[in-house]
Amino acid sequence: MDVLLEIFKGILEQGLIYSIMALGVYISYHILEFPDLSVDGTFPFGAAVTAMLLLKGVNPWLACLAAAACGAAAGLVTGLLHVRLKITDLLSGILTMTGLWSVNLAIAKTSLLSTFGTDTIFNSGLITLLPESLASWYVLIVVFVLAMLMKLLLDWYLRTKSGMLLRAVGDNAQLVTSLAKNAGSVKILGLVIGNGFTAFAGAVLCQQQKFFDVNMGTGMMVMGLASVIIGMTLFRKISFLKTSTMVVLGAIFYKACLSAALNLGFNPNYLKLIMTVIFTVALVANNITKKREGGSGRHGYAAAAKY
Amino acid sequence: MAMLQLQNIDMVFNPGTVNEAAIFRGFELGIEKGQFVSVVGSNGSGKTTLLNLICGNLNPTKGDIVLEGKSILKMAEHQRARFIGRVFQDPGKGTSPSMTILENMALADNKGKAYNLTRGVNKKRREDYRAQLEQLQLGLEDKLDVQVGSLSGGQRQALSLLICTMSPIQLLILDEHTAALDPKTSENIMILTDKLVREKGLTTLMVTHNLRFAVQYGNRLIMMDKGKAIIDAADDAKKALEIQDLVKTFSEISIEMGN
Ligand SMILES: Nc1ncnc2c1ncn2[C@@H]1O[C@H](COP(=O)(O)OP(=O)(O)OP(=O)(O)O)[C@@H](O)[C@H]1O
Ligand SMILES: [Mg+2]
Repeated sequence: MDVLLEIFKGILEQGLIYSIMALGVYISYHILEFPDLSVDGTFPFGAAVTAMLLLKGVNPWLACLAAAACGAAAGLVTGLLHVRLKITDLLSGILTMTGLWSVNLAIAKTSLLSTFGTDTIFNSGLITLLPESLASWYVLIVVFVLAMLMKLLLDWYLRTKSGMLLRAVGDNAQLVTSLAKNAGSVKILGLVIGNGFTAFAGAVLCQQQKFFDVNMGTGMMVMGLASVIIGMTLFRKISFLKTSTMVVLGAIFYKACLSAALNLGFNPNYLKLIMTVIFTVALVANNITKKREGGSGRHGYAAAAKY
Repeated sequence: MAMLQLQNIDMVFNPGTVNEAAIFRGFELGIEKGQFVSVVGSNGSGKTTLLNLICGNLNPTKGDIVLEGKSILKMAEHQRARFIGRVFQDPGKGTSPSMTILENMALADNKGKAYNLTRGVNKKRREDYRAQLEQLQLGLEDKLDVQVGSLSGGQRQALSLLICTMSPIQLLILDEHTAALDPKTSENIMILTDKLVREKGLTTLMVTHNLRFAVQYGNRLIMMDKGKAIIDAADDAKKALEIQDLVKTFSEISIEMGN
């Protein structure tokens, strides 16, 4: 029983952390229709910045914010490469991702940096006001609150004037131009926000696992995308759910599938392969439901977004 | 002085290459305030190029474009959009399909102001939007919360037209805006266009392949051929024009081209 509980707790913790990254991918991929591969670089970027700051004794919450700001700056670079220098979307992301590899190594000075023993958002500050007996739940409590805050922040933003313009630009860039706004700048803003979310998730993961690994970003874009598509396929029937909620649930479900596969005795070396299989199954399932329901959608998945 | 002036415009595509194509040479056009100009002409005569030059999608090789006495040549497309509204042939281009009618109207309502972190949809404006939609007589006023992507092409085009004229503009550009619609819907959109143009006193430039619309609506008609205005008739001269005259000129051009 205890083992099962631990597994569930682990799934929720991991799922909620990665859901923040998935929200970032949701912004770039779903809202902007921009397949942003810089995510694979900004996620570890957030972690590297955090690890370095934690070891310097910086407040762990400040470290998270700094990481998000750095991720946002990386998103700005991708955006500028694409919009101002007219490099294709895929290539812009790849360039940023590749460049960040070196930046991350330069920040961490090593490919594996332990932060063991530093203060984190899970063992210092507000959370310690909770009774000691809940200590083993601290991580889950903090990541749950964070994931919800980020989700609500995104929901709120997408209903502001600026957020509505962001939704419009992915839908129909010409409309944004007609509204006398520079569509390119709006796209850049979206990439800034999306990568800010991603780096923030990297910062949280770094504090939870207590190390930075230069490889921790590999496959993040695929994982985020899988969460978005799984979430929107599985939960779209539940009409009161916002798309952002579906994305969070999708991330948790995805982690659950991975965990199930590993617990069934699959070799961890095959993790990425398993990820690919889950993603493919999700895409196919989504195509089938789409056909059956005659649904249409510019994104190739049946669900229409609800903000 | 005319409100919009194209002065001595040269437009050369791919200059200096084997694909060099000059469409305009020393092109001049002036449009008076309040004029409703229909532009017709064969395929490739330069109508879309003309609109693209005015709206800023293209920059002329030579010449100047002046609106209300000020050159707009250096302005980007989105900067010119402040005072130029454009409706496209593709009904999908004027709206955001994943957003509701209400959200689309709220976005357009804010044109010219900052798109900041305040609430996107002002609930108090709902009744006003509803009243504006009622004018379209398409029943859209009861669909404020419906996603625009689920509307028909005609409904979307009517909405595009409304959205485009919601905030004050100095010039309305219609780029074959009825071409993708069935005859009955085209007719309705034309009636709506005429109504909006009159109500708001909009200076309008409309490209169309429908000669009847060109003759019936507006107070000036231009026929383009190979980058030149071969017919330019305003007011009484325009009223005297009949479809047959246009068809005749049209076929003369075609014969010249060897068709
Ligand atoms: N980007 C471009 N590069 C090269 N040539 C172009 C370009 N755009 C337009 N042209 C040429 O300019 C000429 C005018 O084209 P334009 O699109 O303005 O015609 P149009 O009058 O709008 O025709 P249609 O009735 O078919 O829409 C054509 O010969 C076209 O081939
Ligand atoms: Mg054309």
